[in-house]
Amino acid sequence: MTAWKSINDIANDVQTGAVSALSLVNQALETIETNQQFNAIIATLANRARERAKQIDDRVKAGEAIGRLAGVPFIAKDNFLVFGAETTAASNILKGFNAPYQATAINRLEAEGAICVAKANLDAFAHGSSTENSDFGTTLNPRDPTRVPGGSSGGSAAAVALTMAPFALGTDTGGSIRLPASFTGIVGYKPTYGLVSRSGVVAMASSTDVIGPLARTVEDAALVLDVMAGRDDLDGTTIERDTADYSAFSGAIKGRKVGVVKEYMGEGLEPGVRKSIEQAIDQLKRAGAEIIEVSLPSLPAALAVYYIICPAEVSSNLSRYDGQRYGYSFKEAKSLDDSYGKSRSIGFGKEAKRRIMIGTYVLSSGYYDAYYKKAQTVRTKLINEFDSALAEVDFLIGPTAPSVAFKIGANTADPLQMYLADILTVAANLVGVPSISLPAAESQNLPVGLQIMAKQRHDRDLLAFAKLAEGIIK
Amino acid sequence: MAQLSKNDVLKLARLARLDLSEAEVAEFTGELSEILQYVEMLQNIDVDGLQPTNQVTGLTHVTRQDEIRDYGYKTSDLLANVPETLGNQIKVKRMLG
Repeated sequence: MTAWKSINDIANDVQTGAVSALSLVNQALETIETNQQFNAIIATLANRARERAKQIDDRVKAGEAIGRLAGVPFIAKDNFLVFGAETTAASNILKGFNAPYQATAINRLEAEGAICVAKANLDAFAHGSSTENSDFGTTLNPRDPTRVPGGSSGGSAAAVALTMAPFALGTDTGGSIRLPASFTGIVGYKPTYGLVSRSGVVAMASSTDVIGPLARTVEDAALVLDVMAGRDDLDGTTIERDTADYSAFSGAIKGRKVGVVKEYMGEGLEPGVRKSIEQAIDQLKRAGAEIIEVSLPSLPAALAVYYIICPAEVSSNLSRYDGQRYGYSFKEAKSLDDSYGKSRSIGFGKEAKRRIMIGTYVLSSGYYDAYYKKAQTVRTKLINEFDSALAEVDFLIGPTAPSVAFKIGANTADPLQMYLADILTVAANLVGVPSISLPAAESQNLPVGLQIMAKQRHDRDLLAFAKLAEGIIK
Repeated sequence: MAQLSKNDVLKLARLARLDLSEAEVAEFTGELSEILQYVEMLQNIDVDGLQPTNQVTGLTHVTRQDEIRDYGYKTSDLLANVPETLGNQIKVKRMLG
C-alpha cells in the first residue's frame, strides 16, 4: 500500500510543482484497481478526474494559486451528486441516474483544487450499519475480509483504510461515518447539525443527516471540514461557521474536563472494547485531563427514539421515488397507481421498504401521538440531559461501538440486532452535537473507536482536543 | 403491545404505494411487530412538561428573496433522467377518470 502524505503537504507539493496532480490521481486509481476485491468502490470518475488534474497542473505551470486542496484526490460516498459518474445511493431504483447538478460540498472541495476520483459503496440509501445492504454487493473490511466495514459509509471508510485516497466523504444520520471509522481504524467526523450543506446529497432523515470527512488523521479531517463548512442558500438548515479555521489547532489536554458517560460503559460492551476505552481514558488522565463520571439517564432510550424518527423521515423523503420523474420506472404499468406501486416495490430493496413501512405506521392517523410525537418529546429530554452534562464538562467520551467489526452475515437475519450496532452513536445525531471517532488501542487485532462529543458549534474545540488525544491513545 | 396483522401491513403498504409480495407481507408482519415492540419502551418514560423537538439548532424559518437565480442547471440535463418525456414535459399515466 502506498501511504499518502498529509493533505496539507500534498497540496503544497502540487502547488510548488514537486508532484503533478495527474500522478496523484493515477496513484489513487491504481490503488482502487488493485484492491477491487474489497468492493469499496461503485464507480470511478477516471476521465473527469484526469482531465481536472491536467487542468490543475497547467494552472500550476502558469503560476496560478490553486487552493488549499490542490490536486488532492478524494472519494465521495455514492449518495453525493457528482458529475462524471452515476449517483445511485447503492440502490437499484437510482441505477442510471446522472446528476444534473453537483452537491455543494463537492463544489466547495473542487473550488480548492480537490479531485473526486471515485464513488464509494454504502448501504442502499444509507440504511444500514454494515454496508451489506448495498444493491451492489457487500464491502469487505480491509483489516479482515470476513468482517463488515461498518455502515453505512463502509465503502468510504474501507477506501481510506486501503489508501485509495487521502480522504473520503460520508454521511452520518445515526452513526454512519463514525461506526465504519471505528471498524476500519480511521478517523471519522460528524459535525454539528447544519454545519455542512446537504444540497445535492440524497436525503435520508433530514432532522439528523450530516456530511463529514473520513480520513487517517484529525488534521486531515479538520482541513476538509474547514473547506466544506458554512451557510449555503441551497440548504436552509445550514448554520454560520466559525470565523476561525477549524484546522488551526490550539489548547492543551491539561485541565480539560472530560465526562465519561456511565451509560456508554455499561452492559453489552465487549470486554476488549471496554479495556481499550478505559486505557484511552487513563492516558488522557495522565496527560492532565480531569476525568469525571457523568450520567445521561435517557440514553438507553435513544435508539428507540431514533428508530421512530428515522423511518418517519425516511418514508417521507423516499416518497419522491415514484417512477415518474427519475429513477426506475415500471414500463408495463396499467395505471398511475400501478406505476407507483410497481416502480417502488421493484426499485427499493428490503431495508428501504421496511423503513418506509415503519415510518408510515408511526406517522399514520391514530399512532402519530403515541410514536412520533412521543419520540420527539423524549428527544427533548435527551437534549436537556446532554445540555446539563456539557455544562459540567467540556467533552463527553465513550466507545463508538459496543464491539469490534462483526462477521459478514452475523446480523443480516435480524434487523433489530443490526439496528443495535448504532446504539452508542445515534444520540449525537438526535441532539445535534459534533462527535468524532478516533482509533484507540486494538482488541483481538481489530480496530476500536474512541468517541468524543462536544457542545453544538464547538467543532473547533473538539477537533483540537481530538488532535491531542490522537497522539496519546493509540 | 403492537402486534400487526396481515391486514394492517397491507393497509400500510397501500398508504406507502408499495406492492409487496405475499412473502414480504408475511415477513414484515412479524418484523415490524418486533421493532414496534422494541420502541414501545418509550411509553414508560416521563416527559411531563416537555415539548417535542423538531429542529435541534434553534433555527426557525429561513427565508430568502423570491427572485429568480441562475444556478446553471440545464433543462435538458434535468429532463435526461425522466423515464418518459413529451417535448419539455414529463409524461405520466392518466390521473383522472
